[in-house]
Amino acid sequence: MSDRVKFSNIKKRSVKDKIVFGLVCFFSFLSMIPLFVIIWNVISKGYANFNWRLFTQVAPSSMDALIAKMSGEPIPGGILNGITGTILIVGMAVLFTVPLGLFIGIYLSEHPDNKFARTVSYLTDLLQGMPSIVIGIIAYIWVVKPLGSYSALAGSVALTIMMLPMVVRSTEETLKMLPRSLKEAGLALGASYTDVIFKVIVPSGFGGIFTGILLAVSRVMGETAPLMLTALGAAVVNWNILEPTSAIPLLIWDFYNDPNLVDIIWSASLLLLIVIFLLNWIAKIVARKWKI
Amino acid sequence: MENITENKLDNQKENSATEPILMLRDVSVSYAPGKKAVNHVSADIYPNTITAIMGPSGCGKSTLLRAINRMHDLYPNVVTSGDIYLKGENIMKMNPMEVRRLAGMVFQTPNPFPTMSIYDNVLAGYRLNGIKLKKAEKDEIVRKSLTAVALWDEVKDVMNRRGSFLSGGQQQRLCIARALALKPEVLLMDEPTSALDPVSTNKIEELLLDLKKNFTILIVTHNMSQAARISDNSMFMYLGDLVEYAPTREMFTKPKNKKTEEYLTGIFG
Repeated sequence: MSDRVKFSNIKKRSVKDKIVFGLVCFFSFLSMIPLFVIIWNVISKGYANFNWRLFTQVAPSSMDALIAKMSGEPIPGGILNGITGTILIVGMAVLFTVPLGLFIGIYLSEHPDNKFARTVSYLTDLLQGMPSIVIGIIAYIWVVKPLGSYSALAGSVALTIMMLPMVVRSTEETLKMLPRSLKEAGLALGASYTDVIFKVIVPSGFGGIFTGILLAVSRVMGETAPLMLTALGAAVVNWNILEPTSAIPLLIWDFYNDPNLVDIIWSASLLLLIVIFLLNWIAKIVARKWKI
Repeated sequence: MENITENKLDNQKENSATEPILMLRDVSVSYAPGKKAVNHVSADIYPNTITAIMGPSGCGKSTLLRAINRMHDLYPNVVTSGDIYLKGENIMKMNPMEVRRLAGMVFQTPNPFPTMSIYDNVLAGYRLNGIKLKKAEKDEIVRKSLTAVALWDEVKDVMNRRGSFLSGGQQQRLCIARALALKPEVLLMDEPTSALDPVSTNKIEELLLDLKKNFTILIVTHNMSQAARISDNSMFMYLGDLVEYAPTREMFTKPKNKKTEEYLTGIFG
């Protein structure tokens, strides 16, 4: 029993452990710094104009802003046209994406070995990696050209193409994680396949599916490039899906390009950040609450 | 084919008055061409009995059980042949959905539907089949089914909680209640206690002895003492063959087949 393996330099090795652990913590902290800097910037510069006007008035014209600035007053106007536009465009995109994404996700999770399903799955991955500007161009060719006008509809088609792979993937992954016995239990009661899918499987995966939708929404909400080629932007509140429409990120881009309007970039960004954080937070809660 | 006569149950004297409720005739199941998981099995199962299906892992006992409610139909690569008669009707020629309503199934791990309440879980068979019931009828079915599995007193005040709120043993009894609610002819149980602790297992076993008054039960088990405790008849399967089928007491005391004897005495398994 005396020929036990001897561990030499135990002390040295535990010091090494501590150094590595310290480094890991340090780099983790380092990676969070940009986020904090962004949040700090947006809040400190944006809070001054973050008021009711932001939600009740449309974006000011360059001239009005210039006059206000010269007389030392805060810039008038808000981003109402952007808020309503984002609601319209993203809302429509959700309506298009959810049924489509749900069906494709169910199909992929139900037939993992099918050749066609594997092809669809692969193409979904490709779509997810597609640059958003390319998707914007596609939507321009598909919708803007034939209809002869930039429109909210074209914008939502672009956002749908962006959201679809995310919703498909999250639905597929969620449903794949459900135990197979759940489906068999439903079928063993004599239920039809469709009833089992829609009354047992999809409700059981609701948490994951809903989380996926929320995250997809928060992801496309800040998209600018595809909207520039499709929704274009508008100076007024527009609810007509066939007319050019503004959106919060489009307004931020406009403000950036106009020296007189630069001051409200930050309030608009602050609003966008708050909404996106809220969506992520709700997604986390839903995912935890509906965990099977 | 020669198995048919051989596997006719020896206790036919007691049962001579009753017709078998379930007749398996030359049933084979294969997962891949040329590889049979169940090999030409024929047997008669009598009403109000518990039949245990025993055998080492991979002997085809679950596969045989799942043939009876046409579960293999879900997987296109699985091929089932032969005939299975339930109360004289050939279920291989019936609609699988209808078959599954007549042959209730309980699975290895308790699997109440996680999004449904305890109440709705019992009624799941009706809900999923789109059968509309009046409130009073629903209450009656839930009360009767839960009473039958001795769960009523434990859950009557928490009816609206999720099924997953219950303990493992309670969940499994809920799953049995869910199967019973549809008033099946036979109850197929695939190792229903293997995921449960001894106390819960004991409760389920007592329950099965009670349920046999009204139902016919087939239970797959890898637990020989469980088979000895609760079953009237036992099947011993090995490599897809039904090696021996006899009254349990007989099989455990004087098995006819050498393989059965080796299995029961723990030489392999």
